[in-house]
Amino acid sequence: MTKSTPLQWLIQLIVYVILIILAFIVIYPLLWVVGASFNHTDSLGSATAIPTQMMYQAKFVHSDGTVQEVEESKKYTGKKDQEDFINGIRAKYVKEGTTIQEETVRRKMNPSLRQYQRLFKDTQYIQWYKNTFKIAVINMFLSVILTVSASYVFSRFQFKGKKIGLITILVLQIFPSFMGMVAIYILLAQLKLLNTHLGLILVYAGGQIPYNTWLVKGYFDTIPRDLDDAARIDGASNMRTFFTIIMPLARPILMFVALTNFMGPWMDFIFPRLILKQREKFTLAIGLFDMIAGKQNNQFTMFAAGAVLVAVPITILFTFLQRYITEGLSAGAVKG
Amino acid sequence: MKIEEKKQINEQSTPFPIRHRRKAAILSALLMGVGQVYNKEWIKAIFFGVIGIVSIIAIPYFHHGLWGIITLGEVPGPHNDHSIVLMIQGLISILVLLILVTLYILNIRDAWKTGRLRDQGEEVPAFKKYISQLWDESFPYIMLSPAVLGIMFFVLLPILFGICIAFTNYSMPHHIPPKNLVDWVGFENFINIAKMPMWSNTFLGVATWTVIFAILATTLNFFGGLFVAVLINSRYVHFKKFWRSIYILPYAVPAMISQLIFRNMFNGQFGPINMALKEWGIIKNNIPWLSDPFLAKVTILIINIWLGFPYFMALMTGIMTSISKEIYEAADIDGASSRQKFNSITLPMVLYSTAPLLIMSFSFNFNNFGLIYFLTDGGPTGKYPAGSGAGATDILISWVYKLTLNTQQYHMASVMSLIIFVVIGSIAAYNYTRTKSFKEEGML
Repeated sequence: MTKSTPLQWLIQLIVYVILIILAFIVIYPLLWVVGASFNHTDSLGSATAIPTQMMYQAKFVHSDGTVQEVEESKKYTGKKDQEDFINGIRAKYVKEGTTIQEETVRRKMNPSLRQYQRLFKDTQYIQWYKNTFKIAVINMFLSVILTVSASYVFSRFQFKGKKIGLITILVLQIFPSFMGMVAIYILLAQLKLLNTHLGLILVYAGGQIPYNTWLVKGYFDTIPRDLDDAARIDGASNMRTFFTIIMPLARPILMFVALTNFMGPWMDFIFPRLILKQREKFTLAIGLFDMIAGKQNNQFTMFAAGAVLVAVPITILFTFLQRYITEGLSAGAVKG
Repeated sequence: MKIEEKKQINEQSTPFPIRHRRKAAILSALLMGVGQVYNKEWIKAIFFGVIGIVSIIAIPYFHHGLWGIITLGEVPGPHNDHSIVLMIQGLISILVLLILVTLYILNIRDAWKTGRLRDQGEEVPAFKKYISQLWDESFPYIMLSPAVLGIMFFVLLPILFGICIAFTNYSMPHHIPPKNLVDWVGFENFINIAKMPMWSNTFLGVATWTVIFAILATTLNFFGGLFVAVLINSRYVHFKKFWRSIYILPYAVPAMISQLIFRNMFNGQFGPINMALKEWGIIKNNIPWLSDPFLAKVTILIINIWLGFPYFMALMTGIMTSISKEIYEAADIDGASSRQKFNSITLPMVLYSTAPLLIMSFSFNFNNFGLIYFLTDGGPTGKYPAGSGAGATDILISWVYKLTLNTQQYHMASVMSLIIFVVIGSIAAYNYTRTKSFKEEGML
C-alpha cells in the first residue's frame, strides 16, 4: 500500500471510530446482563451493569457537643440516587447547629453470587437444565435419523409416489408451526402424552421432518451418484453404501441438522408452554420467561443469572460450529 | 400381435390358466389374508389376516370417527360429545383408513402375484427369500415409513385440523366444548374478516403492519449487514477476524434471551436506558420506548437490526473474501478507482449471492413471533377493538398466538393461519422452484 496521506489517515480514524461504536452497541446489552446477574438486589430498577455499593462515612458534631459517627452503605444506581442517599442520611441526623465533619462517600464494586444461589436454591433451574439437555439430545438423534433416512430415499431411489411425497413435504413445511397447536394439544391428550417430555420430543422431531428432509435431500443430490454405483457394484448393500459413501461426504449438512435440532429446544417457547404444565417438567425457556413475565419485574437479576448460564454455552457452541449453520441456512436457499 | 399370440400360447400351455391368481385375489379381497392362505404363504397370511381382523373389529371406531367429523357431535356436555375431540378422531380415522386401504390393495396385489407364479408353474419363494426380496424392493418405503408416520400425525393432522377449524365456529364464549358443540359454518369466518368491522379493521391494520415490518426489517438488516461487511473489508481495517467475531455475537446468543434483555433495557420505568438518559439530564420524562404505539414499532425495528444484521454480515464478508484477487488486479490494470471496483465488482457479486436469501429473510420476519411476543407482547393495546385481542405492534403470527391462547378465538386464528400460509406459501413456492432439489426432480 502507498504511504498514507493525511486524508487517508482521517478516513482510517473515522472507520475505526465507527467500528468501536458499533462494537459497543453490540456488546453492551450482553455485558449489562452479565453485570446485572452479579447484583445483590433483585429488581430491574436497581440492577446496574457494574454492581456498586455506596459507602457513606461522616462525623456529625451536634450543638450539645456530642459526636456521632455514622457509617451507612447502599446499593448505587445513579448519581441522583447517590444525592438522595446523602441527603437522606443528613436529614436523619442533622439537627439545628449540627456540623458535618469528614464526610466521605466512596463507591465500591460488590459483585455478588446471590442471584446464582437463589437460582439453584429457590427455583428448579437445575432440573430445567437437565430436562432441556435431555430433550435436546434425544431430539437431535431422533431428528437426524428420521430426516436422513427420508432424504436418502428421496435422493437416491426411484419409486412410486416420490414426486407426490416431495411436493407434500414442500407444502407442509410452509404452514406456521403453531397453526396446529390446538390439534397437537388434543392429539397428545388422546395419546396420554400431555405434560411429558416424550410428547414434546415427538412434536419437535416430527415437525422438523419436512423442511430438513428437503434441505438434506438437496445436499445428497450434489454427491455424485457414480460413487454409490461403484460401491453397489462392489456388492455393498443400500445401508452400507449410505454409511460408507454418503454419510462422510454429507457431514456439513448433517452437522447442521443435528446442531439446529440440538439448539432448538433450548429457546423454543411455544410448544413447551403448550405441553408442559408441571414446574419440574419445564424447559429453560419457559422457566426463564416466567421469572420476568407478570411479576412486576422483581426477579430480573435472577433471570439474568439464568440467562447467562444458558447463553454462554450455547454461544460458545455456536461460535465454534458457526460455519455449519451459515452454510446450512444458505443451502436452504441455494440458487440453481 | 406377436406378443399377444405368445401370451395366449403361454396361458394355454399352463395347466391351470388363470385359476390361482384370480381365486387368490378374490379371496384376499373378501377377507385380508385368505388369498395368502390359499397360496400357502402362512406368515404373510397371518400378517395380512391380523390387519384384516383388526380393521373389521375397528369398524365401529371408524364409523364413529366419520360420524363425528361430519356432525361434530349431537349432544353437548362433559360426558357426551366433545366436538373437537370428535373432529380429531375423525381425522385420525381418515388417515388410518387411508393406510388400511393401501394395505388392503397391497394384500390383493400380493395374492394375485403369487397366484400368477403358481399359474405359471413356478415355485413360490420361501418366506425368508421373500423377505430379503421385499427388503430390496420396498427399501424406499420401509426407510420412509417412520418419517411418513411422523409427518402424518405431527404435521399433516394438525394442519388438516387447523384448516377444518377455519370452517367452524370454535370460539369463546359460546362454542367451547365440552359445554357447547361446535358447528360447521362454511365460509362465514372468511366473510366476517371482510365484513365485520371488528375483524376487518383489525385484520387490515395488523396485516399492513406485518408487511411493512417484514419489508423494513429485511431491508434494514440487509443494508446494516452490508455496511458493516464493507467496513470490515475495507483496506483501512486491520484484525478483520477480530471485528467479525465481535459483530457475530448477536447471532450466536439465543434470540429469545436477547429479546428478553431488550424488553428490560427499554422498559419505560425501570429500564437502564431511560435511567441513564435521565441521569445525564438528556430527558426529564421517561420515553415510552415500547409502550407508545408508534415509538414501539420504531424500537422494534431498531432492536431487530441488532439481532439481524450479523447474519448478513457473516455471509457477505464470506463472499467478499472469496472474490478472486485476479478480478481486482485486472480492474487495477484497467485503471479502475477503488470506488469503481466496489461498485462494479464487489457490490454486484455480493448482491447476486445474497438476493435469494432476502426472500427467506422476508418470510422469517413475516413470521417473527419471538421478536414481537417477547419485546412488547403485541402491545400497547387500545388501537384495535378489545374483542379482537390484537395490540398495536402485533403481527399476524403473534396475533394468531394470542387468539389461540388468550382469547380462544380458534376459528379466526385458523383463518389467519391460512392467510399466512397463502402469503408465505406463494413466496416459498417461488423460492423453491429455484432450488437444486426441485430442478433435480424436473418438477417444473
